[in-house]
Amino acid sequence: MEKLQQLQGVAAPLPRANIDTDIITPMARLNTAGKHNMHEFAFEPLRFLADGSENPDFVLNKQAYRNAKILIAGRNFGCGSSRETAVWGIRGLGIRCVIAESFGDIFFNNCFQNSVLPIRLPAETVAELMTEASGDQGNMQFQLDVASRTLTTPSGRVITFDLSPDRQIALLEGLDEIAQTLKDDADTTAFQDKDRTARPWIHELHQIE
Amino acid sequence: MSETKTLIKKLWNTHVVRSLGEDLDLLHVDRLLLHDLSGARAMKELQERGLSVRNPELCLATPDHSISTMPGRTLASSEHGEAFGGGLRDMANATGIVHYGLEHPNQGIVHVVGPETGYTLPGCLLVCGDSHTSTHGAMGAMAFGIGSSELVHVMATQTIRQRRPKAMRITIDGELGPGVEAKDVILHIIGQLGVAAGTGHAVEYAGSTIANMSMEGRLTICNLSIEFGARMGMVAADDTTFEYLRDKPLAPKGGAWEKALAYWRTMVSDEGAVFDREVNIDASEIIPQITWGISPGQTMAVTGNIPNSESFAEPEQKQGAVNALEYMDLKAEAAIAGTRIDRVFIGSCTNSRLSDLRRAAAIAKGRQVAKGVVALVVPGSVPVKLAAEAEGLHEIFLAAGFEWREPGCAQCVASNGEVVPPGERCISTANRNFVGRQGPGARTHLAGPAMAAAAAVMGEITDVRNLAAADLGTEEVK
Repeated sequence: MEKLQQLQGVAAPLPRANIDTDIITPMARLNTAGKHNMHEFAFEPLRFLADGSENPDFVLNKQAYRNAKILIAGRNFGCGSSRETAVWGIRGLGIRCVIAESFGDIFFNNCFQNSVLPIRLPAETVAELMTEASGDQGNMQFQLDVASRTLTTPSGRVITFDLSPDRQIALLEGLDEIAQTLKDDADTTAFQDKDRTARPWIHELHQIE
Repeated sequence: MSETKTLIKKLWNTHVVRSLGEDLDLLHVDRLLLHDLSGARAMKELQERGLSVRNPELCLATPDHSISTMPGRTLASSEHGEAFGGGLRDMANATGIVHYGLEHPNQGIVHVVGPETGYTLPGCLLVCGDSHTSTHGAMGAMAFGIGSSELVHVMATQTIRQRRPKAMRITIDGELGPGVEAKDVILHIIGQLGVAAGTGHAVEYAGSTIANMSMEGRLTICNLSIEFGARMGMVAADDTTFEYLRDKPLAPKGGAWEKALAYWRTMVSDEGAVFDREVNIDASEIIPQITWGISPGQTMAVTGNIPNSESFAEPEQKQGAVNALEYMDLKAEAAIAGTRIDRVFIGSCTNSRLSDLRRAAAIAKGRQVAKGVVALVVPGSVPVKLAAEAEGLHEIFLAAGFEWREPGCAQCVASNGEVVPPGERCISTANRNFVGRQGPGARTHLAGPAMAAAAAVMGEITDVRNLAAADLGTEEVK
């Protein structure tokens, strides 16, 4: 996995609540697009009009936010389908951090698999960040520092966020979960050996067919 | 004194391979279900990374998402059937994973196949690259959906790194009225609690209504857990579960069954176990539901009027209602009953089991699908289809003008090309009414199978209870 240590950039406010992963990457695109080009269709129903042209009202189509690296979203962002393509789409747009009051649990986990940092903050703080991100102060740069778990706003306010130590290290060092788990594969073998006696029916299923 | 534990905690603790930190554990995965859309992709990634499937004997694969549901179908019948369904088959064959292909007598939607084959067992930990994996919790299992990276992790290691969820119990007591189904119960709950209430939680459903409910009704309830944010929904296994499971092909037999049964009976929440949140629901208050918006929480009694966005206090809910009414092309304050419809879809991992089809058929019998309405019935699996045909349900549907299809996800998610055209209004027994879910611009109203059948024959959203009372099934009691 790619590392994520620090980030500096514009934050795009997207106040709509309950943006589901069907909106972030519609099903028709799952069949045809891959990791490399899913971003072309990210937020398709909101980002494009019926004729395929850009919706000028959608935040990521506005000049100031085209290169946003942070998304500040309404609550319950990424609810619904488990499709990891939603994270690919967002990441492909150059966004490495999503801030919201709450997230869909599966989307939240998927972010960490793709070096995207989701940050949960109280509703009031999210609203304040949106206001600050919307202000025209010429240089609306936010700074993210994973090591200190801080987000610094354009006005200089420093917000500390929660991040579990294992996830922090994984982001800082770009760790791969599978490689980590396989190192301790003997534990899994030991579990299974014991479990075969305790719950044999779990391990013998296809033999009875 | 021993600590009292919730079912959730017992399920969790019995799968810990290794603790990885506070609230973070490496859990053993007993069952991995693979479908064509996420499964084929993850298997390809596994190969590309030079990894192998650690325990293929614990996995089960079947295509459901991308395949056509037209009679006489093959993988080539849908645009991406060969790529995804064929990909799944080839990878399963190469890795030694049992595969229920289109020709197999057990093929179907993963969340229908798991329980009805006995692949899903009480006390097991089951995952699948699909958010509706919560369905399997109805068997007393810990089951949840995962993303494709986690899927690769499970294939390679037979484990998953997870954070312990909070525990919520929803106790539903009382009798359901005539014409009120499991689907109405869970939509009602989502409407009451809001679509994010379950986030970070595993939910146990309990109470007399659940105790008296059939296995298939419980599967419907657990299926929609994710629609209020709960990755896991579950019901403690009881005699209803065991009777359902006893003769299933993959369930343990003989001495193994007796041993398993003794173990399963211990997998219940202890008396006095403490939950992080408790919710109580009065079943007798529930009226048949229909969604009016673009989120499953935007649901209402079919007897009611479409809400006015001004009636919501919270700005987010207000804006949500504005967005919903615009997308759905509905008028605030009008009665929802009487809204004209174009399509009906009866199927999906929520409501495609035999009892669902029976309730829909009871309404369809002797009636005709309204002029101009296209209505599909898509059984959830080959066994469901054959059982329905043995009862003659297909003849009832066909005579009434419904299409009778082959098993698959079909129009729930439209990944097989079976879309609802832009601007058309569809009553669906599935689980999501999201923007574009059934195809770009499609308008979806969620309801139970009887309500969907009633809408099909009336050509408009209809309170199913207004049709002949004799035709009304109630949610089957065990």
